[in-house]
Amino acid sequence: MKVSKEELLHIANLANLNLKEEEVNSYLENLQDILNFANVLNNVDTSNIDETIGSTSNVNAFRKDEVKVFEDTEALLRNAPEKENNMFNVPKVI
Amino acid sequence: MINENYDIVIGLEVHSELSTKTKIFCSCPTEFGGEPNTHCCPVCMAMPGALPVLNEKVVEYAIKAGLATNCKIAETCKNDRKNYFYPDLPKSYQISQFDIPLCEDGYVEIDVNGNKKKIGLVRIHIEEDAGKLNHDPYGRGSLVDLNRAGVPLIEIVSKPDMSSVEEADIYLKKLKSILQYIEVSDCKMQEGSLRADVNVSVKKKGSTELGTRTEMKNMNSFKSISRAIEYEANRQIDVIENGGTVIQETLRWDDVSGKTFSMRDKENAQDYRYFPEPDLGLIKNSKEKIEEIRKLLPEMPEKRRERYVSEFNLPEYDANVLTMEKALSDMFEGATKICNNPKTVSNLMMSEVIGILNNKEMESSEIPFTAEQLGNLVILIDKGTISTSIAKKVLLEMFDNPAEPQKIIEEKGWIQISDEGAIKEVVLKILEANPASIADYKAGKDRALGFLVGQAMKETRGKANPQMLNKMFLEELNK
Amino acid sequence: MELYDLTVHELIEKLEKKEISVLDITKSYISRIDNKEKDINAFVTITDKEALEKANELIDGKASSKCYGIPIGIKDNICTNGTKTTCSSKMLENFVSPYDATVVEKINNENMICLGKMNMDEFAMGASTEYSAFKKTKNPWDIERVPGGSSGGSAAAVAANMVPWALGSDTGGSIRQPASFCGVVGLKPTYGLVSRYGLVAFASSLDQIGPITKDVEDSALLLNVLTGHDEKDSTSVNVEKKNYLEHLKDGVEGLKIGVPKEFFGEGINEEISKSVKDAIDKYKELGATVEECSLDIADQALATYYIIACAEASSNLGRFDGIRYGYRTNNFTNLNELFRNSRSEAFGDEVKRRIILGTYVLSSGYYDAYYKKAQKVRTIIKNKFNELFSKYDVLITPTAPTVAYKIGEKCNNPLEMYLADLCTVSLNIAGLPGISIPCGVNSNNMPIGMQIIGKQFDEETLLKTAYAYEQKTKFRETYKPEL
Repeated sequence: MKVSKEELLHIANLANLNLKEEEVNSYLENLQDILNFANVLNNVDTSNIDETIGSTSNVNAFRKDEVKVFEDTEALLRNAPEKENNMFNVPKVI
Repeated sequence: MINENYDIVIGLEVHSELSTKTKIFCSCPTEFGGEPNTHCCPVCMAMPGALPVLNEKVVEYAIKAGLATNCKIAETCKNDRKNYFYPDLPKSYQISQFDIPLCEDGYVEIDVNGNKKKIGLVRIHIEEDAGKLNHDPYGRGSLVDLNRAGVPLIEIVSKPDMSSVEEADIYLKKLKSILQYIEVSDCKMQEGSLRADVNVSVKKKGSTELGTRTEMKNMNSFKSISRAIEYEANRQIDVIENGGTVIQETLRWDDVSGKTFSMRDKENAQDYRYFPEPDLGLIKNSKEKIEEIRKLLPEMPEKRRERYVSEFNLPEYDANVLTMEKALSDMFEGATKICNNPKTVSNLMMSEVIGILNNKEMESSEIPFTAEQLGNLVILIDKGTISTSIAKKVLLEMFDNPAEPQKIIEEKGWIQISDEGAIKEVVLKILEANPASIADYKAGKDRALGFLVGQAMKETRGKANPQMLNKMFLEELNK
Repeated sequence: MELYDLTVHELIEKLEKKEISVLDITKSYISRIDNKEKDINAFVTITDKEALEKANELIDGKASSKCYGIPIGIKDNICTNGTKTTCSSKMLENFVSPYDATVVEKINNENMICLGKMNMDEFAMGASTEYSAFKKTKNPWDIERVPGGSSGGSAAAVAANMVPWALGSDTGGSIRQPASFCGVVGLKPTYGLVSRYGLVAFASSLDQIGPITKDVEDSALLLNVLTGHDEKDSTSVNVEKKNYLEHLKDGVEGLKIGVPKEFFGEGINEEISKSVKDAIDKYKELGATVEECSLDIADQALATYYIIACAEASSNLGRFDGIRYGYRTNNFTNLNELFRNSRSEAFGDEVKRRIILGTYVLSSGYYDAYYKKAQKVRTIIKNKFNELFSKYDVLITPTAPTVAYKIGEKCNNPLEMYLADLCTVSLNIAGLPGISIPCGVNSNNMPIGMQIIGKQFDEETLLKTAYAYEQKTKFRETYKPEL
């Protein structure tokens, strides 16, 4: 599949990444190379094959509904770039 | 009012927080409130390297909800990631269920003015709640509190089967009632534990072609939902009548202005890139497990309603109101068990308790006194210790300062006067002061008796036994 | 002979005989780090002070565990409470985890001593450690060459005797390939055998933590510490804990070895093919039966791998948004700019490339053609392995198509770099265990690695097979990096 520049920019937008004008071509080329390589999969017959979901064979790996308090809540906030009143500060959200 | 030439089509996506002790993927408490970011751990704060583990009660509760709404339960299902960036979503993906929900294809039966109608359910799935954005008091931005992040939710998606504001309202109340009955959610709307996304479209009467729908997100009061549907339906009809076309979009309902607003900029180009959550294994529900859970279902509102009519001789209407909410119904049964007088309990609840709840804008689950205390109040009425009018005052007091009714009436000095001598004294005093009323009575005006009794009650500040007053006035007047 | 030259089981023997103390060991390694780190650049953070303190605490204590007082290096994508965990990314340059990874808890419970956090490709995305945001780690066998990656710091430090052993993580070969490039032993356990809790996720369905060691016995010894069911990781299996030393020395008499011929042809350096084939011949001498078989999946596995790994990574790396931790741009006026500029300024090129590929294959319109298709091919690859394992106990292939290459040689062509994972990724796709052990050197005196692939949760056979060869050929005694 051929990827257009617009598509690449749309994808970068979804991923919340900026691509500088001078980067666009190299990213486009890399993406195209790998997608072309991935075309080997088109030659694989996958009719009647189920897709793998995750890679764990664990089923119903549940946890009991019992409270365990994480004590060191201070450590949870120690990496925050900006905080106020024990909350994370972000630009105004409407 | 909605233009009669149009039909409205309403579908609801209801989010209900489950009342588990811990969050869906970690062992933090779900308790409402708390200092910001204190009900958190590396998992719900999405620290690098932290991993989710599914709470078994979440699956059980969701299956319970599915069974109570006649859904098919999936033998095998999975969790999926829904990817989008938002400050209240710490992982930048919400763990939800995409193509294989836990429960599918059910219905809820509602009663619209005596007619039964089935509202179809597309699905019920489990997912996690997001955190909360608070406004910075200094106006510099928003502040993220993740105490709510990871609280378990079920999303109940109805078919677009409702065709009036009233039906939507009844459906929502019924759904709330069911969730409370099966004890999977407390459905406290003001705490956001029950909220709905409302889809509305309109079409020309009789047309089979569905109109374009709009969605109003995160509505959390019955009243606003009804208002919003009505406003939005009318807005759409206006658009069509003026030759325009309705745009499919997400709207924000503003309760103050009573209008909907477009949220255009936020919604463009959403692509959630769902894929199976690799950190969690499959969920498998054996027939045995589903049957075990079915056994946990309590007597549902319909059954109770029938029983109240047959066992307690309550009018259909009263039985319906009392069974609508589990907390009310449980209170009725508990009080009746204590006093063995369903009629009076029902009357007190129908005329007083519900009224007080409405005035105070409280949920029935927040009634501060116990069923036993209510039962004891009825016993006091039955024994003649207090009158019904005093009982109403006691009830008000029980809401404000919950205590045993006996204690309240003692402290307030509200014990009914049933002493014959004392009552006679009052009767004589009132008669002496109202010769005109005596004359009226003798002239055949029965209303005069009521006036005299009223005066006597006033004199005793409501404490006189009304039956005895009545009897004694008659005796004196007919002498 | 210095203490830092010894393997861990040799050190433990000396400790048990009271010939040395735990403090002697730590001191020996710290002096080695002081001498060699400037040439090798294996560490992101050196915790020498803390290590000495801990060794001093432990010196008078009673050895409460097998690995009591043994130092270790930890790859910098494994969370350590109190010490920085950077993933060799500007994004997490100053990040201090509020909790310990489960494997770190296990290491601490064992009273082992952490010497530092090891350099790696940023977020484990790479095969040469050149994509570290901080420094390029050198291969101790030739400091003009890469150590492999992404666990390049771990492998180089073990090869250079700066740590006795180290933890790596392996998503597509990130333990085995650097082990092969650096002439040491690298084991990727079966998916689910070792808890991933606290491993900063690259690709959740492929990642596994494992040991990088000087020899096979140490590999078994460290695996004993790392395994065990973890209720904090839903993908951790609940199986009885094994002692991997128990059958280590049982030999390979009667063992059935399959040799997939496709892994010795196109794309594989001839010297490597020959060296691994020679090694396989040794197994015949040791009493194993060897049979050529077919496993024509390499290209498919590589394509499948890049689609699935990048898809999962694009989602896993969404949490780095500049809000709760990590890099935050100074250059923003609204939320959208905060997200985009923080991520764009702090992620390296390779990370962005993979996020973009991953986002693409999950996006609407392409999901079925790429992601879903890859997950179906994944099932086929698993089935093919299952078929082979109904006939053979283990499979043997080269670990990497080349020996360690020159620094800068492949940086500019991502696809070529991806081909370095050709022999290793299929195990991650199928969740199988694999070990890389050195089996010789090439004409430039660079080590060659042999990969042994085992059945799910059959690390015992894997280790016993590796051990038998190692004992027969004594690579460590024959070849050493000149450092």
